[in-house]
Amino acid sequence: MRRRVRLYLAVAAGGFRRYATYGTATAAGVFTNTVFGFIVAYTYIALWDERPGLGGYDQAQALTFVWVSQSLLAAGALIGGGFQEELQERIRTGDIAVDLYRPADLQMWWLAADLGRAGFQLLGRGVVPLVAGALAFPLALPVDPLRWLLFLVSVLLALVVSFALRYMVGLVAFWLMDGAGVNIMATVTSIFFSGMLLPLTVFPGGFGEFVRALPWSAMLQVPLDVLLGRHAGAGGAAEALGFQAGWALVLLGAGRLLQSAATRKVVVQGG
Amino acid sequence: MEAVPARPRGLAVDVGRAPAEGRIRRGGPVREGLRGYRLIVGMWIRSTMTYRTSFVLTTVGHAAITLLDFVAIYIMFSHVDALGGFTLPEIALLYGSCSASLGLADMLLGNTDRIGARIRDGSLDTMLVRPVPVLAQVAADRFALRRLGRIGQGLGVMGWALWTLDVDWTAGKVLLVPGMVLAGAAIFAAVMVTGAAFQFVTGDAAEVQNSFTYGGCTMLQYPPTVFAKDLLRGVTFVVPLAFVNWLPALHVLGRPDPLGLPGWVAYLSPLVAFVVFLPASLAWRAGVRSYRSTGS
Repeated sequence: MRRRVRLYLAVAAGGFRRYATYGTATAAGVFTNTVFGFIVAYTYIALWDERPGLGGYDQAQALTFVWVSQSLLAAGALIGGGFQEELQERIRTGDIAVDLYRPADLQMWWLAADLGRAGFQLLGRGVVPLVAGALAFPLALPVDPLRWLLFLVSVLLALVVSFALRYMVGLVAFWLMDGAGVNIMATVTSIFFSGMLLPLTVFPGGFGEFVRALPWSAMLQVPLDVLLGRHAGAGGAAEALGFQAGWALVLLGAGRLLQSAATRKVVVQGG
Repeated sequence: MEAVPARPRGLAVDVGRAPAEGRIRRGGPVREGLRGYRLIVGMWIRSTMTYRTSFVLTTVGHAAITLLDFVAIYIMFSHVDALGGFTLPEIALLYGSCSASLGLADMLLGNTDRIGARIRDGSLDTMLVRPVPVLAQVAADRFALRRLGRIGQGLGVMGWALWTLDVDWTAGKVLLVPGMVLAGAAIFAAVMVTGAAFQFVTGDAAEVQNSFTYGGCTMLQYPPTVFAKDLLRGVTFVVPLAFVNWLPALHVLGRPDPLGLPGWVAYLSPLVAFVVFLPASLAWRAGVRSYRSTGS
């Protein structure tokens, strides 16, 4: 058991270091996130000027939503990125046979690597845009350290949910060979249903309730609401984190089922 | 067969011109480039069609990306009647034209941002020795027909906007609509070429150009009245994204420009597109000249 933990920690550290190597790419990403942050912030100001209190947020909270989502976007691989394309490439080329042969669980291996990547991107791509946003606009960031702690737990759960979904997206390559189509569909749904385009609390009526119950909501909307204090009190926090943990377990389980279905059909090509 | 042109055109292209094949008609460099571009694009289209399910899914996906963007705007308008003083059909016009322009530029040379990867893994060297201008090869690299999805979506939304809006049409305005989509695509294309040239210097900063293309389009789908004046000046006079759709569309809608520019400026988009290609192509040449292979 201890050796297992050490193994996955090493894999995660590898994921972290791998992404930390690309300094210019990180700087370019930070620049892009900041530019997008400014653009979206201006549109939200126009929207919240017109309808103060929309979605239950005041303008400062709406702006916080913008900037924190820009900070989480790379870590959560919400607009693509992450490991799934690499997994698909390994399936297409047959390298996956090597992975399956390793004395480590395939899903846990990739989870560890992806969390390592996300850890780097949270720091490398998350901090600067948020600071830029906080300097340029009045944000409603909490001062309570407990709230920040809850937020970090919620972000971790969000990353696991995001991984679990993308793991299944990656495995689809066993059947389709070329994953490009599924990847785009997955990105589209995650952009829209995570709340990145527009907070899910702004979505009207029954449709709003429906999208807030979907797993993508656990990837962005819930952590942000935890940060903004909408799930105040022990009960509220437990409910929010429980919602995320529930989806994480369900999706990881579904991923395992898909994995066992997929590996039963593996035929390794020689060469 | 022609002699190698006297004017030095960069080592890369000339090396490849050496083998003399009677069948190859040698036109000017532009025609030669277009021919190479056409051939590579044809190859990628055939290759795409090998995985048909994936092609259909990606095309629908590209259409859906833009559709969902618009759904978000639509949801905003379920709460408000106007944003920055603009109604939903007016914003739809901005959104649709910009999306179509970006889609077109993205399809024709959107994969130029892959040049960073090619520089890193050394595969750009292979391109340099082929008898086709490097820009044509880079532009056609992994040509993605699926991007038709975005173009169709953008044109669809734009069509709906023009159908719904009560525009006071004149001959000039009628010409301005297709003109703005094409000129907008050309402006985005120039940004993409500049971005690709920039990667000769930085290696893996492909994402910076997304700020100007995708970021630009996100901005241009909202009315200019929403943004700060300094930002408007920047995208009018520095990186002239305002000419992609804001200035022409404001004229079509009969609205004044927030910077107070005169009405005829709306017709300048094609000229601006032409002018921005100058620094773009200079940057590209400088980039190719400065290229040092990684040696692997």
